[in-house]
Amino acid sequence: MSGARRALGRAGLSGAGALLALAFLAPYLVMLFTAAKPEVELRVTPPRLTPLVWHWTNFAAVLRDGEFQTWLRVSLVVALASMALVVVAAVPAAYYTARHRFRGRTAFLFLVLVTQMFSPTSLVVGLHREFFELDLINTYTALILTNAAFNLAFAIWILRAFFASIPREIEEAAAVDGCGRLRVLVRIVLPLSRPGLVTAAIFAFIAAWNEYIVALTLMTDPDKKPLTVGVTSYVTAYVQHWNSLFAASIIAIVPVVVLFILIERYLVGGLTAGSVK
Amino acid sequence: MPGPRRTRRATDWQALLWLGPSLLLIGGVVLYPAARLVQASLSQYSVTGLYQGWVGLRNYARLLRQEALVTVAMNTVVWVAVIVVVTVLISLALAQLLDRRFPGRRLVRWALIVPWAASLIVTSKLFVWIYDYYFGILNPVLQSLGVLAQPVDWLGDDSTVMGAMIAVGVFVSLPFTSYVLLAGLQTIPADVYEAARVDGASAWRTYRSVTLPLLRPALLVAAVLNIIYVFNSFPIVWTLNDRNPGFGHDTMITYMYKIAFKSSLRDVGLAAALGVVNVALILVAVIVYLRTVRWREAEA
Repeated sequence: MSGARRALGRAGLSGAGALLALAFLAPYLVMLFTAAKPEVELRVTPPRLTPLVWHWTNFAAVLRDGEFQTWLRVSLVVALASMALVVVAAVPAAYYTARHRFRGRTAFLFLVLVTQMFSPTSLVVGLHREFFELDLINTYTALILTNAAFNLAFAIWILRAFFASIPREIEEAAAVDGCGRLRVLVRIVLPLSRPGLVTAAIFAFIAAWNEYIVALTLMTDPDKKPLTVGVTSYVTAYVQHWNSLFAASIIAIVPVVVLFILIERYLVGGLTAGSVK
Repeated sequence: MPGPRRTRRATDWQALLWLGPSLLLIGGVVLYPAARLVQASLSQYSVTGLYQGWVGLRNYARLLRQEALVTVAMNTVVWVAVIVVVTVLISLALAQLLDRRFPGRRLVRWALIVPWAASLIVTSKLFVWIYDYYFGILNPVLQSLGVLAQPVDWLGDDSTVMGAMIAVGVFVSLPFTSYVLLAGLQTIPADVYEAARVDGASAWRTYRSVTLPLLRPALLVAAVLNIIYVFNSFPIVWTLNDRNPGFGHDTMITYMYKIAFKSSLRDVGLAAALGVVNVALILVAVIVYLRTVRWREAEA
């Protein structure tokens, strides 16, 4: 029976899918198991995958650690502020370029695309010079501005696509009713583009939350380190608290994985600037 | 302005207002540091970072004389080429699987998100632990599978460290690449496959002469974007190669970073010269990308 064969085929695909999922999750399972090991079990030979004693209190200990709380606070401040800045800057730019033709429009969009290709990594020496001379080393400002600038492009592409999909007639009707352009944007366009706004905001948040090289370079003061830089101090040449490092890592990863899943369907469009639809 | 007609100039001014915040950000934090990078590459600095004057192209000449440069350039070529090729090949298969309907597909897609969403530095640290010679889980797993007779010091042995780093590079590049290729597959209309089936083409034949040609745009985008991302990648090499002295396993990005910021080296001018070279290489890739997607302007 072809129905039975098809069911068998689907089961085969599910099996392959399960193996694939396991392959991608396996390293993070090692992370979870290590995070739950007591200190003495970290240096057992031969190494064991799972803990003999599940020491879940490692997570509570990390959460109570004053240094961890500092890193968490820095990460939250930087990620939330650069998220807000991205939205504030991207909304008007995306709206105007979606609705109007003007001199310099192509040049502007080209510039945006180029910034998307350039991660701050290749410019880090120039960024450090700039912030060193402006005396902005170890300030939130420097980190927030950098994260916002390099994640602007994704937000502009996503928002443009949403704005462009709103029928002009709706906006024209509102304009006839005496709404100015800004009011039309705030009252009509933005509420209709909520998924786009959410996607742009989440993406900007995650990118700033995960950023490493600029934070490593600019934030040398222990009170100013975000999570990505801070957690690495659990494992150095002198101390090796792998369980604390991974407990902290899991606390940092889980929320962003959930957020990422929420915006999953818009990711490719935003990252490839509409070239693969 | 009360009049219904606006002059050309007025519209341009308005555009500047609407684009202003974006332009300020890009100008201040992308273009200006790029200019400062070029300027720094033509200057000399003290170890504490103070400007000591203009030196013309001397930093570039010094860069060419660096003993490590050839090794680092070769490492970069291997790092980028192997990761991109292997990633694209594996992703072709993964995208094919994810394009089929089966129970649990959504969960598989979510599992694929994890390495993409997790910060690279955390994933890199995780692999340092997994690869660890004494306490890492990889050696006992491979030994119990009979793949290895003796444990290997993956990150300490000169012959295995690049391979170990490349494996992590592939692992974290797979999700994005698979998603792009999957998006490409989903643009191929079902009736094309139907036609091939009616013509009696085998599955492999259909894949080669129908799917792959239609997937070409997505493949090119995935490949070029990956070249840029992998070239720019920092945390993996920075972390996994951490305890090896010298520059034997560095890429041009980590080499630049060490010259600029390792306290024993601190040569801003030299690092900036290498930075300019890196930026120029990325620009070439960007131009190739724009050609690939035939970018004029995303139409409104």
